[in-house]
Amino acid sequence: MASASAALDPAAVRRIARLARIRLADEDVAQLQTELGAILGWIEQLNEVDVSGVDPLASVGSATLAFREDAVTDGDQTEAVLANAPARSGPFYTVPKVVE
Amino acid sequence: MTLEFTLSGARDALRARRISSRELTEAHLATIAELEPELHAFITVTPEQALAQADAADAAIGRGEGGPLAGLPVAIKDLFCTKGVKTTAASRILEPFVPPYESTVTANMLRDGAVFLGKTNLDEFAMGSSTTTSAFGPTINPWQRRGSNTQLVPGGSSGGSAAAVAAGMALASTGTDTGGSIRQPASFCGIVGMKPTYGRCSRWGVVAFASSLDQPGPFARTVEDAAILLGSMAGHDPKDSTSVNRPVPDYAAACRRGVKGLRIGIPREYRADGTPAEIEALWNQGIAWLRDAGAEIVDVSLPHTKYGLATYYIVAPAEASSNLARYDGVRFGLRVPANDLTDLYEETRAAGFGAEVRRRILIGTYVLSAGYYDAYYLKAQKVRALILRDFTDAFERVDALLTPTAPSAAFGLGEKSDDPVQMYLNDVFTVPASMAGVPGISVPAGLDTDGLPLGLQVLGRHFDEETVFAVGAALEAAAGFSARPGIRMEAGR
Repeated sequence: MASASAALDPAAVRRIARLARIRLADEDVAQLQTELGAILGWIEQLNEVDVSGVDPLASVGSATLAFREDAVTDGDQTEAVLANAPARSGPFYTVPKVVE
Repeated sequence: MTLEFTLSGARDALRARRISSRELTEAHLATIAELEPELHAFITVTPEQALAQADAADAAIGRGEGGPLAGLPVAIKDLFCTKGVKTTAASRILEPFVPPYESTVTANMLRDGAVFLGKTNLDEFAMGSSTTTSAFGPTINPWQRRGSNTQLVPGGSSGGSAAAVAAGMALASTGTDTGGSIRQPASFCGIVGMKPTYGRCSRWGVVAFASSLDQPGPFARTVEDAAILLGSMAGHDPKDSTSVNRPVPDYAAACRRGVKGLRIGIPREYRADGTPAEIEALWNQGIAWLRDAGAEIVDVSLPHTKYGLATYYIVAPAEASSNLARYDGVRFGLRVPANDLTDLYEETRAAGFGAEVRRRILIGTYVLSAGYYDAYYLKAQKVRALILRDFTDAFERVDALLTPTAPSAAFGLGEKSDDPVQMYLNDVFTVPASMAGVPGISVPAGLDTDGLPLGLQVLGRHFDEETVFAVGAALEAAAGFSARPGIRMEAGR
């Protein structure tokens, strides 16, 4: 496991926040560097565990997923779907212009 | 009068027409009005809806109809989508959200005639152990230390649901448990909280935190009441592919089975350093109670217990960072206007998420990012497999496990909030069962020297909630826990 404290310089914190699409104020970066570093340092105790030959477990749910008929079960819900839209135009969501 | 009723007692009184649902509902609304300024257990109270549902239930009962929950006033964690009633997850980013649909669990409860009093407070997106990360202010525990008026936390994340039931603001309530969010607040508030097996209750319409761990479950003041409520909440749902298609047993009947001949495992790794002596003593008392009731006590080992929390704090944030990507300011919830799309995403998410949710999204993003995935996420999934194997091995030798629920009683508002890792340690006894997906219950078993409630936890095999309820009911009978919190309607304060 990589050494977390070394990995998390201010540029790394900014890179993670960018990947997560969360804007950080400059004054937040140092505090997050400390907090995230402490959490990742604590997590490194897993280095002690021998996991050789162990298959990863993603979920404890049933291994086989149920099948259903490939058929339309719902529809014509435009108004319900758009009811919570922060901004809309007719039957569409609107966002700031992305193509000039 | 609201604390004098159990769910089952109120059900019997309604059926015998000794009381109407309108009277019962009005009494609970009055208790909420009286205590809410002090406790802040609710984000939204819905009196008109509750009274309309109560009148409908009274009419149904009058016709000799009415389901298992007919006319019973309950509260819903504000993580369950409720049609036409705002559902916030205690987050600014969902503050304006009014679901156009009903979650499966709450739909099941409405089918059975329940009366919904309102939506209860929680840690933002269910991330926390104190209900202090709510964007709408903390919930206060109705319990106080003897001779002190220091405000205590109700635990979390389902702290509003637990406080409401403890204070008599609702007969029972729903919660969700991802790493202990039902069992730990139940312990802190002196009530019963049950996390069913992963897959027992549908997650459809429940705001997602960590999808491989999240599981809805009931809070109530007795084990039987929790069993009754789970019977309505549970069931197969084709809309949740992890929901299991197997019949829902009569959980209330299982409460009367007793523990004679059951083998109860005592996991030695739960005797953690630093656990207060009175919690150890209560655990030993619980062992003696079950032995006296006819159970066989067996020492067992769950060797990977100490790695449960660290594994959890990789898996849960990883899943959360993925689930919470949907809050982008475009389709629902908060939007901070911006000149381009990336700014819109980044400004909306910066304004909408609180500090703990932001930390977990960033941790999750990091452990899933290129170059770190194998070292963190894949490693955690392998340790998770070992934790599951610990439980599977133990349950070949025993029918259930008995442990403390939490390493402390309720702590003060503001304590443990400076250091995230200190807060995470609250869930040391509850997280391993979450990682393994097994069912667990917390039952109030005693008071500490400050007069605060402490819970004991019973864990069982996958889909063997019945044995968990049977053992929980035996503990409840032996403990005879009858203490009530200081902040309540009848206290004559």
